[in-house]
Amino acid sequence: MKFSYYPGCTLKTKAKDLDRYARASCVALGVDLAELPEWQCCGAVYPMAKDEIATKLSSVRALASARDLGTDLVTLCSACHNVIKQVNNDMKTDADIALRANNYLKLDTPYKGEANVLHFLEMLRDRVGFDALKEKVTNPLTGRKIGAYYGCLLLRPSKVMAMDDAENPTIIEDFIRAIGATPVVYGMRNECCGGYVTLENKASAVKRSSAVLESAKAKGADTVVTACPLCLYNLQKNGGDAGVDVVYFTELLAEALGVK
Amino acid sequence: MQRIGVFICHCGTNIAATVDVKAVAEALGREPGVVFSTDYQYMCSESGQTLMRDAIREHKLTGVVVCSCSPRMHETTFRKAAEKEGLNPYMVEIANIREQVSWIHKDVAEATEKAIILGRAAIAKVHLNKPLKAGESPVTKRALVIGGGIAGIQTALDIAEAGFEVDIVEKEPTIGGKMAQIDKTFPTLDCAACILTPKMVDVAQNEKIKIFSYSEVESVKGFVGNFKVAIRKKARYVDEEKCTGCGICTEKCPQKKVPNEFNMGLDTRRAIYIPFAQAVPKVATIDANYCTMMKTGKCGVCQKLCGAGAIDYKQQDTIVEREYGAIVAATGFNPMKPTQYNELGYATCEDVVTSLELERLMNAAGPTAGTLLRPSDKKHPHTIVFVQCVGSRCDAENEKGKPYCSKICCMYTAKHAMLIREKYPDTEVYVFYIDVRTPGKNFDEFYRRAVEQYGVHYVKGQVGKVVEENGVLKVQASDLLSGEQLHIDADLVVLATAVEPDKSARSIATMLTASMDTNDFFTEAHAKLRPVESPTAGIFLSGVCQGPKDIPETVSQASAAAAKVIGLLAKDKLTCNPCVAESDEMLCNGCSSCEKVCPYGAITYTDKEFRGPNRTTLIRRVASVNPAVCQGCGACTVACPSGAMDLKGFSNRQIMAEVDAICKM
Repeated sequence: MKFSYYPGCTLKTKAKDLDRYARASCVALGVDLAELPEWQCCGAVYPMAKDEIATKLSSVRALASARDLGTDLVTLCSACHNVIKQVNNDMKTDADIALRANNYLKLDTPYKGEANVLHFLEMLRDRVGFDALKEKVTNPLTGRKIGAYYGCLLLRPSKVMAMDDAENPTIIEDFIRAIGATPVVYGMRNECCGGYVTLENKASAVKRSSAVLESAKAKGADTVVTACPLCLYNLQKNGGDAGVDVVYFTELLAEALGVK
Repeated sequence: MQRIGVFICHCGTNIAATVDVKAVAEALGREPGVVFSTDYQYMCSESGQTLMRDAIREHKLTGVVVCSCSPRMHETTFRKAAEKEGLNPYMVEIANIREQVSWIHKDVAEATEKAIILGRAAIAKVHLNKPLKAGESPVTKRALVIGGGIAGIQTALDIAEAGFEVDIVEKEPTIGGKMAQIDKTFPTLDCAACILTPKMVDVAQNEKIKIFSYSEVESVKGFVGNFKVAIRKKARYVDEEKCTGCGICTEKCPQKKVPNEFNMGLDTRRAIYIPFAQAVPKVATIDANYCTMMKTGKCGVCQKLCGAGAIDYKQQDTIVEREYGAIVAATGFNPMKPTQYNELGYATCEDVVTSLELERLMNAAGPTAGTLLRPSDKKHPHTIVFVQCVGSRCDAENEKGKPYCSKICCMYTAKHAMLIREKYPDTEVYVFYIDVRTPGKNFDEFYRRAVEQYGVHYVKGQVGKVVEENGVLKVQASDLLSGEQLHIDADLVVLATAVEPDKSARSIATMLTASMDTNDFFTEAHAKLRPVESPTAGIFLSGVCQGPKDIPETVSQASAAAAKVIGLLAKDKLTCNPCVAESDEMLCNGCSSCEKVCPYGAITYTDKEFRGPNRTTLIRRVASVNPAVCQGCGACTVACPSGAMDLKGFSNRQIMAEVDAICKM
């Protein structure tokens, strides 16, 4: 099972754990994650302005090279996934954006959204399979009560991301079950952590993040997992003293597979 | 050669402002066969018709072309006028130069040219028109009402009042519909059961009305005045004739864990049940999905206890064939299940309920005997949040909801809020709305009372999220007027979910060949002028099946539909449409293509003798059309591979002549 892999900038700096444990787990699962050569920043925030083309180009480059390699593109960071998947959708459905982006890039073959973008979790669910994952688990996290924290970028806009029901998702809970732990469903699991607001208005981010952790705590979670470096940052720094551990889901995966 | 008169209508300025009517009259006057051509301000007026009649007489016209509005509007008017002068009405043709020309064009030169072309096509057709004579068909003096809610009940009572027989087919074990589940009605706050159940009794006692409860329409054949309907009486495993409705079986049945649909699943009933105390007919029904006897063969408690010997576990569905002159669709609605609105927590939080569930929670005959208790812990709620427009007024992009306004929610939410504040002054009640829409007699006054006298907090804005935490519903919402984010700790959240047509409506519409819109509401024949009739002759519409309505409007429409039915049943004979299909037996090759496409079952095949070469006799299978059943849709004429099938009044030659006239530049 071979995939192109897009780690993204943060996974090379602040969020090395998210990347490291994912790679180690893939070795254990027999999945070949081939990092894309010469990838660039995804654009970081999905360009909201309809006429902004330049900020989409680096995502298109990554998508086009995955297409040329003939493999599906696996992402890991929620934010990168959101940007790349939305840009891919634009290239597929918006002829104007596709034309202008291709005019800039002058690729050998113009890119029209042919690549398939998979989040690492989707790769686990749809390609490896949670049942197969369960069989590979050597160190089941029995007894651990883990809350899934989806945040906002992983699932929304739900029609484009098409990963799970954005308001009542199950993919991370199913993952938690597969690694032998008990999922804790809590109300704020798909609410925003505060995101970049922490730079401008820390108090607001503190309010959002602590609401998330308190909600998880109230339902009995000892740990909360996320796929997003910014969510992890906010929950850890701004989440108050709920006494809930916040880790990347890949760390628990590696632990369960005995490769941590 | 025909002698044709052409009449161009100005329609005030509707046509004349965009079409040079004089130029059209002049140009069409030069067409072959046209002996008279003129224009007039209002052709449909008395003097316009006189002008036409005089011309028919003076110029000995054999055909007439009126260039005016759509034939749907005034074709009948002009045909009647021509008939008075002895001209066959089917020698009159309309060229629609209003809807198809003046209303959609801006450029006068272009519009005038198109009007001339359409007029020329109509003239070409009239050249080939033949006088047609309409036949007659008898009328079965009985009506069928599909659906026994307040709409169906009112329609049936009104038809019966006029002395005609009516059958009501209701798929549930009792009539009464949604209104039976409602607690109080706006804007007068009278109890729904108190005004509905006497009407249900009237239905039961009326000699002209027959109720087929727990029954569904299986098939519909025939046409206006002569429908043949098969009704499936579903097995209820209780003999309706013998059951006295004493209710002993429903008290003693050991299977107690069946979700009670009448109470919206908020409590349970037995496997043998009577939906509610005032049910009509008051007859028990066994739910075969839950009955221990039916599932395992071991129980039989109800049979042992029934003094009337009414229980029959072996009962089968039966089919009843009945004939009707008219059919009324009164199939009603259901509130949408808000399960796809996961952000509002309906699927995950027990204390998030729909408005109809709240009706049951507030009803004296409901699961809490009328005390408002929240479902999860049966405690009295102090803070109650209402969310309006759940699933209504969604944009087309949002596949989860409906594009339309459900119309009744603003009023019933105001009612709920007011009733709760009245009965429990210790509560805080919030209503989140997009707009408050309360047109209707005494409606806005009612809503203002909720705000001004009862202190209900109306907040313009939408609720974005409801989550449960430690028994409290955390409601996140935005107040659009102040621009603030609101966080409310609520005990109960009530969702005013969209009205959607009953699931059975589409299959019934298909059986009736009645048209529907994209939301599965029945379409009326004319949105303004024929609101209670379907475009299909003999099919009438009553209540919410045509569009969202409150009770007063439903009852008005139900009576209007009854008036139309009475008008039809009062006739002894109906004039048929003479524009029906006809098969040329010499050309027919007996392939059955026409029979397969005919939606009315008007085409049959017979073996007929024909003279062959050398005095031989051949037997060939050929199509024949029953003119009383044919509705003149023309599907068969297109399907026929040998060109044998033709439609009178719209023959292939006539259509081709029109096309030729349009293409001839």
